[in-house]
Amino acid sequence: MATTDRPSRSPETTFRSSARLKELMAAHFTGLDRAAREKSAPVAWCTSVGPVELLRALGFEVFFPENHGALLGASRVAGEVMGRAHALGYSPDICSYLTSDIGSYLARKTPLSRYGLSGAPRPDLLLYSTNQCREVRDWFEFYGREWNLPVVGVTSFRDLGEVEDSHVDAITRQLEGLIPALEAVAGRRLDAAALEAAVGRSRTCSDLWRDCLDSSASRPAPLSFFDATIQMGPAVVLRGTAEACDYYQLLKAELAERLAASGATPRQRFRLYWDGMPIWGRLRDLASLFAGLETSVVASTYCNSWVFDALDPRDPLRSMARASLELFIARSEGPKQRYLERMAREFQVDGLVFHDARTCPNNSNVRFGLAQRLRRTSHLPVLVLDGDLNDLRCFSDEQARTNIEAFIEQLEDAGPAAAGGGRP
Amino acid sequence: MRSGPCFVGVDSGSWNTKAALIDAEGRLLATAMARTGADVQAAAERVVHDLLELGSVARSEVTALWTTGFGRHAIPGAANSRTELDAHARGALQYVSGPLTVIDIGGQDAKIIAVDADGRRTSHKMNRKCAAGTGSFLEEMALRLDVPIGGLPALAAASQEEIELGSFCTVFTGTEVLGLIRQGKRPADLARAAYRSVVKRVLEMERVEGTVVATGGVVSHHPLVVELLEQAIGGRVIVPQYAQEIGAVGVAHAARAAAAAGLGTGA
Repeated sequence: MATTDRPSRSPETTFRSSARLKELMAAHFTGLDRAAREKSAPVAWCTSVGPVELLRALGFEVFFPENHGALLGASRVAGEVMGRAHALGYSPDICSYLTSDIGSYLARKTPLSRYGLSGAPRPDLLLYSTNQCREVRDWFEFYGREWNLPVVGVTSFRDLGEVEDSHVDAITRQLEGLIPALEAVAGRRLDAAALEAAVGRSRTCSDLWRDCLDSSASRPAPLSFFDATIQMGPAVVLRGTAEACDYYQLLKAELAERLAASGATPRQRFRLYWDGMPIWGRLRDLASLFAGLETSVVASTYCNSWVFDALDPRDPLRSMARASLELFIARSEGPKQRYLERMAREFQVDGLVFHDARTCPNNSNVRFGLAQRLRRTSHLPVLVLDGDLNDLRCFSDEQARTNIEAFIEQLEDAGPAAAGGGRP
Repeated sequence: MRSGPCFVGVDSGSWNTKAALIDAEGRLLATAMARTGADVQAAAERVVHDLLELGSVARSEVTALWTTGFGRHAIPGAANSRTELDAHARGALQYVSGPLTVIDIGGQDAKIIAVDADGRRTSHKMNRKCAAGTGSFLEEMALRLDVPIGGLPALAAASQEEIELGSFCTVFTGTEVLGLIRQGKRPADLARAAYRSVVKRVLEMERVEGTVVATGGVVSHHPLVVELLEQAIGGRVIVPQYAQEIGAVGVAHAARAAAAAGLGTGA
């Protein structure tokens, strides 16, 4: 969910829609900055899979610090600033989005400067959900203390097997309990129709984004994981808005054109699945490496994390609660394994790549034997890359390159795909 | 008596550059080795020069030179390259048939490679970005114990007491060793403990199954590692001849196989 202004890497990554994407992201950041400076609208910070629809319905402009974290990683500013947070007691072993963002604030250095911002827009309120991890709460509480602002949120369930009604009831009650605090900052009452509309737009955005991602179930895949991490920007920061829906209509149409003209897509000998966080500071290098090996990373857990099938405008709060709990990251090993097996099947991948991100245990799914179990059940080869989302001290370029090249050599030697056509 | 054209494999490793020369029948004609140092290309040039001299082969008789190792993409004149994982598996298969597990312990990294009965790699694991379980770790321990690295095996051979080193990290283990020296522990016992630590770290990486083959500079120069590996896994560990040059041997065979399959030599 980073946006970059760098030139594209290869023909497959040149999207006509990207011009609109850049406009949208620029408008998002400048609009937030204006609202914060001129007090023209209340500003909230929200976690990336938090209950943003409540904020949309109440007229908040919404900033997503995790998106800022990704930008800090992609621009490699993270490495320059995160030490400032470590010195404050935020360990190098905790989320490097958190340490990058707090470091950015302390060092007064941000990639948002390309949009004319001197820093992240100062909010009136911070809203979290711990459905993804505990770090987001600690992250927001730093700013709550720093700026004496209200920090509110949902303390969610984690490691859920099946999502039961009792879980949904509990989260729904927490969402209901948040409303008075949000209304107090917004200076208005929550309008039921506005919430239904926001949830409806989030669902539409989710459906369209999934259609875009699912297009890569085709051969050749028109949208790689590396491109999707850029294209997912609106699904993250504009969820619940009409602009996000419009954007994915545009992208979906372009992907359909690509599918119709598949001869223009570079050769893809192998198809891989990526589990775990992107390595933001090496996104381009890894994309080039895989492209050079005529291999496409066609699907990922990460980009699908902004697909919310449960959202239903007819039952907004309860469906928001269910959607927040059904997320991959909030689930136990059983549902995670079943999800990955299904994705491997549907996208007809030749192998799975797991990124073990040093500072993101909740997005690193190799630490309880899942990769080995999948190797047995799916009969697919598995590669584990050690790295991190933002802290490149935890990543070895040379070792990653050798690991990836060795994995492709293994696929070449394994069977029919070596002949050049991939599996039917 | 060599047969037909020759193939050269160069393994540009972090400490040493190794080279192997084979003929068209796959017979090993010569091997050579030199410190890699700071100039990867010069080391490769030097070692290939020595190799051809040892094998009494002119450059014009070499059909293809393929490379492996961390410097594999930086060697001029290389027709193609394979990763160390592939090269070590191929090299081991020249001596032992699959299914097997190759444990390679080099200067900067350790690898565990699984090969099936058909000789195809099925998985691999490399050590994390850390020197624990590698030759660098042993160098650090030798420094702490005030012996040259070449003197570590003899020192460990005099060990009388088993000591467990508990740290994951090379730097922390160095500190731990200093603390144990202060407590009066004998250097010989600490040297053996360092070897046990290497074996423990390596076997934590991945499950080891089937015939086990150990390769790399560490097992070539530190036989106690092999003995401790055998104790740990409860079975025999095969150390092929030219265990340190096995990657170069493997990639030379890759070049030969490509030529034999009519895939070209990459030249």
